Amino acid sequence: MEPIQIIQILAFLLLTTFTFVVSGKKYVTIYRNISMGKAEDSAPDRVLRWKNMLRIALGQGKMFANLPAAVLHLCVYVAFVFTQIELIEIFADGITGRHRILYNGIQSSWFTGLYTAIISTIEVLSLLALIATFFFLARRNMLSIPRFRKAEMEGWPHRDANIILYWEIVLVTCIFLMNGADAALHPDEYGFIFSSNLGPALLGGLSESTLHILERVGWWGHITGVLGFLIYLPYSKHLHILLAFPNTFYARQKPAGQMDNLDSVTQEIKLMMNPDTAFAAADPNAEIPTFGAKDVGDLTWKNLLDAYSCTECGRCTDQCPANLTGKKLSPRKVMMDTRDRMEELAAFRKGSGEEHDGKSLISDEYVSVEELRACTTCNACVEACPVMINPLDIIIQMRRNLILEQSNSPEEWNALFNSIENSNAAWAFPASDRLKWTEN
Amino acid sequence: MELQVKTMAQLTAEGQSVDVLFWVGCAGSFDDRAKKITRAFAKILQHCEVNFAVLGSEEGCTGDPAKRAGNEFAFQMAAHMNIEILNGYGVKNIVTTCPHCFNILKNEYPGLGGSYEVMHHTTFLQNLINEGRIKLTDADVFKGRRITYHDSCYLGRANGIYEAPREVLAQLDAELVEMKSCKSKGLCCGAGGAQMWKEDEPGEERINTRRSREMADTKADIVAANCPFCMTMLRDGVSKQNLEGEMHVFDLAELVAAGQGIQDINLD
Repeated sequence: MEPIQIIQILAFLLLTTFTFVVSGKKYVTIYRNISMGKAEDSAPDRVLRWKNMLRIALGQGKMFANLPAAVLHLCVYVAFVFTQIELIEIFADGITGRHRILYNGIQSSWFTGLYTAIISTIEVLSLLALIATFFFLARRNMLSIPRFRKAEMEGWPHRDANIILYWEIVLVTCIFLMNGADAALHPDEYGFIFSSNLGPALLGGLSESTLHILERVGWWGHITGVLGFLIYLPYSKHLHILLAFPNTFYARQKPAGQMDNLDSVTQEIKLMMNPDTAFAAADPNAEIPTFGAKDVGDLTWKNLLDAYSCTECGRCTDQCPANLTGKKLSPRKVMMDTRDRMEELAAFRKGSGEEHDGKSLISDEYVSVEELRACTTCNACVEACPVMINPLDIIIQMRRNLILEQSNSPEEWNALFNSIENSNAAWAFPASDRLKWTEN
Repeated sequence: MELQVKTMAQLTAEGQSVDVLFWVGCAGSFDDRAKKITRAFAKILQHCEVNFAVLGSEEGCTGDPAKRAGNEFAFQMAAHMNIEILNGYGVKNIVTTCPHCFNILKNEYPGLGGSYEVMHHTTFLQNLINEGRIKLTDADVFKGRRITYHDSCYLGRANGIYEAPREVLAQLDAELVEMKSCKSKGLCCGAGGAQMWKEDEPGEERINTRRSREMADTKADIVAANCPFCMTMLRDGVSKQNLEGEMHVFDLAELVAAGQGIQDINLD
């Protein structure tokens, strides 16, 4: 083995190890952050869980409500998944220092044919992904599509989206450079659909050593791109490519209209209604229940998984009647705020060793009272999400906290609650009026 | 036709059993416009000889607006009282003209000890039509009219009922047109989540104003609703578009009752 090969193997192992250690730490942090959430009480249908994951995450089932976007997204998605096959060989080459270990290692005509077919498929998909990426960039930066222009998308979220798209261009370019230079070096081999034609045609005049360097630039460019992406991913909205799967798997299965009943309230009412306990002194050692969610730790782990699964596409906000009519509420912002608050609290805990920084998710910095109040609970956001995120569940838990813990309620709602509690009706009419409709 | 409505208390005292409880709801009991829906649906039940009763003064708010506003305590207190009464009468089947009552009775009461077969009146009407018990002999009052259907959030997205109301409307001798946002993408009227009971947050316009533009775009003569709160919002929207007299908002029950010839309808 030549020294240059040994250096490359060492560099590869070093980079790979570095990537897995650094990104692994962040993934563990995210797992811990999600575990801050409370338990979910649901009896899931296990078959439905698999169906949801296969249909909605793997099969992109909910993307097709918006056909052009679905087709563009599908191009990138399929290319991404399929390219992993080539990545297997790139990894094997990296570790062994060999060149196209699968192609050169298994010398049989059927395998060579299969290999060529796979790489050619990857090339076709990569080209489609490249085209889709240019559409995405144009759509996000040149057209004024409302969901990409909302206030919560200013700054980092907008940059994050563009970085990923540019990254995609680099990755695809490197794949074509690698294959093209390789094909120019071996014009009679491979038979890749694009590279074996374009490579020799465009690069054929270059010297052998230049082609070798270009092939290496492509190879190293691609693999460092992939490893860099793994490190970047957990800091980015793009994490949905992984979390869409568990998120659809663990998605709630009840009718969308069903809001959970708070068990702690049921217990309180039972105590009140029972003559044996109603007038008894409260148990001083009993844990005082908190109602609703003030901060991320009061939400369930599924709410928190939802927040990390959000890729800020804005389909929810695009359908939200409050947002459409100019109110501050944006379901996407609720998800982004939940995630950002989780990160902030986790960083505080790590830095200070203390449990809580005194801030909360309900606040002007994150989700404001005004935003929470504007929700009509219409479920349009829940319906719109392609990865089964439920912003409404989070909104309702925070509304509960405002009313039950903070007594923070608009005057009109207080009147409503009084009517329900005192007149048994949503308006303060006497029960005897309930049959007046029969009198015409 | 003369309405003859009995309460569960009366029928129980007479030793009679009841097949279906008609849950009227607060809007259906107290809101003047919604009362007309209640009457229309009761007439249909009576005309089809459905053995039904109402709770009358024993009915209480289901607690829906309290729950959606975040007041779980007020909701569960209300639910507790209603469940005591419903279980006391041994109620098995409930039909209601309000999708909010429908949703909460169907989905949220079971967890608190109140399990019933709950149906929204649009599904109930569809069943009556399928069984041949409703005959739309006067459906030609709708001849040449355009009807558009507004999906309420709590019937549509919340419970996935999109087709039953449309199938009922298809029985009328009218042209059905869809709004730009319909079915699972239907636009809220703006009343849900206890918004009905408070002022809007600051914004560019009210939600029903936006919806009313979609209504106006259909050039429909009739907007069919299935919810008393949507009814209020949509009628307000019609007046915002200055379409009073040209566009009318009716509940499905009112349209069916007119089609049966048991209730007059004013389309002018």
